[in-house]
Amino acid sequence: MKPTDTANPDYFHKVVDCQWACPAHTPVPEYIRLIAAGRYDDAYMINWKSNVFPGILGRTCDRPCEPACRRGRVEEQPVAICRLKRVAADYKGDIHALLPKPATTKNGKRIACLGAGPASLTVARDLAPLGYEVVVFDQDPFAGGMMRTQIPKFRLPETVIDEEVGYVLDLGVELRRKKIESMKEMLGMGFDAVFVGTGAPRGRELEIPGRQEAAANIHIGIDWLSSVSFGHVTGIGKRVIVLGGGNTAMDCCRSSRRLGGESVTVVVRSGFDEMKASPWEKEDAQGEGIPILNWLVPKEFTHDNGKLTGVVFEKVKATRDAKGRRDLVPTGEPDEHILCDDVLVAVGQENAFPWIEKDLGMTFDRWGMPKVDEVTFQSEIPNVFFGGDAAFGPKNIIWAVAHGHEAAVSIDKFCQGENVKERPSPLTNLVSQKMGIHEWTYDNDIANDIRYKVPHRAAEIALKDIRAEVELGFDDKLAFKEAQRCLNCDVETVFEEKLCIECDACVDICPEDCITFAPDGDEAELRGRLTAPAANLTQDLYVSAALPTTRIMIKDEDLCLHCGFCAERCPTGAWDMRKFRLDTTQAGDGCRSRA
Amino acid sequence: MSYLAKPKFHHPAIEVNQLGFTHRDYEGAISTLCAGCGHDSISAAIIHACFELSIPPHRVAKMSGIGCSSKTPTYFLGQSHGFNTVHGRMPSVLTGANLANRDLIYLGVSGDGDSASIGIGQFVHAIRRGVNMVYIVENNGVYGLTKGQFSATADQGSKSKKGVANPDSPIDMVALAIQLGATYVGRSFSGDKSQLVPLIKGAFEHRGAAFIDCISPCVAFNNHAGSTKSFDYVRAHNAALNTLDVITGRAPITADYEPGETQTVKLHDGGMIRLRKLDATHDVTDRAAALAAIHRHQSQGEIVTGLLYADEDSGDLHDRLGTVDRPLNRLGDADLCPGVEALERVNAALR
Repeated sequence: MKPTDTANPDYFHKVVDCQWACPAHTPVPEYIRLIAAGRYDDAYMINWKSNVFPGILGRTCDRPCEPACRRGRVEEQPVAICRLKRVAADYKGDIHALLPKPATTKNGKRIACLGAGPASLTVARDLAPLGYEVVVFDQDPFAGGMMRTQIPKFRLPETVIDEEVGYVLDLGVELRRKKIESMKEMLGMGFDAVFVGTGAPRGRELEIPGRQEAAANIHIGIDWLSSVSFGHVTGIGKRVIVLGGGNTAMDCCRSSRRLGGESVTVVVRSGFDEMKASPWEKEDAQGEGIPILNWLVPKEFTHDNGKLTGVVFEKVKATRDAKGRRDLVPTGEPDEHILCDDVLVAVGQENAFPWIEKDLGMTFDRWGMPKVDEVTFQSEIPNVFFGGDAAFGPKNIIWAVAHGHEAAVSIDKFCQGENVKERPSPLTNLVSQKMGIHEWTYDNDIANDIRYKVPHRAAEIALKDIRAEVELGFDDKLAFKEAQRCLNCDVETVFEEKLCIECDACVDICPEDCITFAPDGDEAELRGRLTAPAANLTQDLYVSAALPTTRIMIKDEDLCLHCGFCAERCPTGAWDMRKFRLDTTQAGDGCRSRA
Repeated sequence: MSYLAKPKFHHPAIEVNQLGFTHRDYEGAISTLCAGCGHDSISAAIIHACFELSIPPHRVAKMSGIGCSSKTPTYFLGQSHGFNTVHGRMPSVLTGANLANRDLIYLGVSGDGDSASIGIGQFVHAIRRGVNMVYIVENNGVYGLTKGQFSATADQGSKSKKGVANPDSPIDMVALAIQLGATYVGRSFSGDKSQLVPLIKGAFEHRGAAFIDCISPCVAFNNHAGSTKSFDYVRAHNAALNTLDVITGRAPITADYEPGETQTVKLHDGGMIRLRKLDATHDVTDRAAALAAIHRHQSQGEIVTGLLYADEDSGDLHDRLGTVDRPLNRLGDADLCPGVEALERVNAALR
């Protein structure tokens, strides 16, 4: 095999599974160590720089980091990364002094951000301190977008949104209330660049018989949640059916329970495991006494004199056709009629750009999505950029933030007359953590604890008040214990073959049998003859050049505990534990060409 | 040297032996020896040998004397019996233990100081008596605990860390063991587990005095240019006579070699050792040939390794003494005291 090129920033970055999986590449182990050290302000600021909304994300993130977490491969459960982020937000002090100041001198460039959701606010936060005049347009009087309108308050209190949205607006960003009705109009307002962060605002319809007749008691999920959020809706019937299996459906059913719904049922076309909702959201819904029924396709809304009476479902099962595509076919069993007073339809969201005129030079695909560059987020109109759900369809907040950062880089380069296609490389750094003969800057004693549960408010209290936050968050003691479960994957095992005397000490001590010294071979064959087989092909092998005995060192990164024992037992320092730091480059000097 | 205990987590696909144990179950406390010590590799080899042979840890008695090597039984087989004797007296204590309970598996671990200097008298007699044991000398040629003075096995002319040449002749432990009547004798190198693990397995399966001299570089005091027991020197001068495959009664025989290249040595429990000869002329059952090979390679400046000599028809101390099959420590008063009538008969016969 070719020796591993550790100079490639991706190599060690991939070893930090959580950071690699995070769309915004938040340096997770670094902030978890700071939480363990009680340095909540610093932990918060690392998050704030990277993901803009630590308090919000610490409650609502879709957590792509957690399925990636190495701890989940070493034992059963990943580190509770998301809820530790919340800990940093909950226990920090006054961080105003650590935030950037509004620009004292403007650079003369004006940026319009359409929609005041996470993508637009990220663009605004990245650009405003650089001297850009940023105006955020939204139809609502408050900034926050879907974070404010669609996420129920029992999951995300308003105070948290106000605080973190406030940090952005306080940078001198103007929020202007305006319903966006014409792209032509926006382009005519003299902005140097326009960022479209309008989200995916349209809930998908369910056109089945009875929809029109019973319309008074059939609600579109995200619109209904928004009405609940603004206090326009304060009650619902006793028997509620929620159609759909995503997180919106989970928010709808749990909100219903709090607004008078006594018998709330979620009905999903597909199987339980295939549902789009995050496992923990399904768990929370079930925990509030909400049954989830699967393999039922809605066929008809039944009604009596314009009053909804129930929904008829056809029972289905999954089959695969010749091409391996999944298909739902009726089982032939009799249909099921579930009686109800109200139905919430949460079967998906769609983008909608009726306000973008067709003669502007932008092309739209058959789903009505404009053509947008996947790296630069630039549209076919050079000074118009897209991000968040508006760019590539519904995802979640952390993706919107990641898009916002990249779009801000593009806008900055565009406004400075640079080529937006030349993307900045990240800042990386690799520093030895050795402090003494067996002393490291990090705690390398591996904790055996299993994942700690976040305390919840008692259900009888939580279900009475739609604004009472259900999760109470970790206290400082639980947070410390959970933080200790982190394996510090950013403290990398770095091997220097020139120093190795092939004494085997590292092979003998490694608790996970990660290290092998063996004759060279091709990767597929080598993976089978290591100290322990390396079956996880998504994880790299770290391979050295030939050693004096002609063998090579092979380390399977998959299950490494980063305990540093290989380095402690190495007599020559051929193994060293070095902290890998990767900061993505954001808008500003760092992203601009040095020329 | 590490202070922390080794993490409990292990590879999810870790292998399990016939007893349901993983190799991690054969580990002991974390080593406090210098980082990179050859002795730790030998401990790892013992762990792997015991794991592969599915030896029940509670049936092993590990005995040692004093020195770096004699500290190592703490670092493997944490569930086994252990005895740290006074300096050099491990062979005698092991002999006594073996007499008292012949059912345990005896593993003596010693060093060149413990066995070739202060304890050489004990070593000589335990071997000579054919005590059923595995006796491993972790041989680094220096007194590591007292900062690197030459030991009795240091080669004449080899240099200390400060550059002083050793004026004295070395004791060759393998030649001595063969002369004293050891029935399984091998030499290996801590840096070559592919040779060392099967050699230890063969020793465990052998009945009688099995002796292994294992060269184990001292990274702190004897791993420099001019040393003849450094990693580099041993790798450059290693003359391996054979590679081994220990086949226990249960495992299928899979190795397939041309005739003449292999030699088979029978073991007492029905298993065997399949040797692949690297030196085609060497017959491991020929004691004189073994001694000749040792001297020949030594005179060429080479270190001969592998299985040097094995006696297929070996016996042990208990065979020679004609002791009962039941371990002596399990004989009760009824077995040991024949009663008044028997005493009367004996006395009458003497009148």
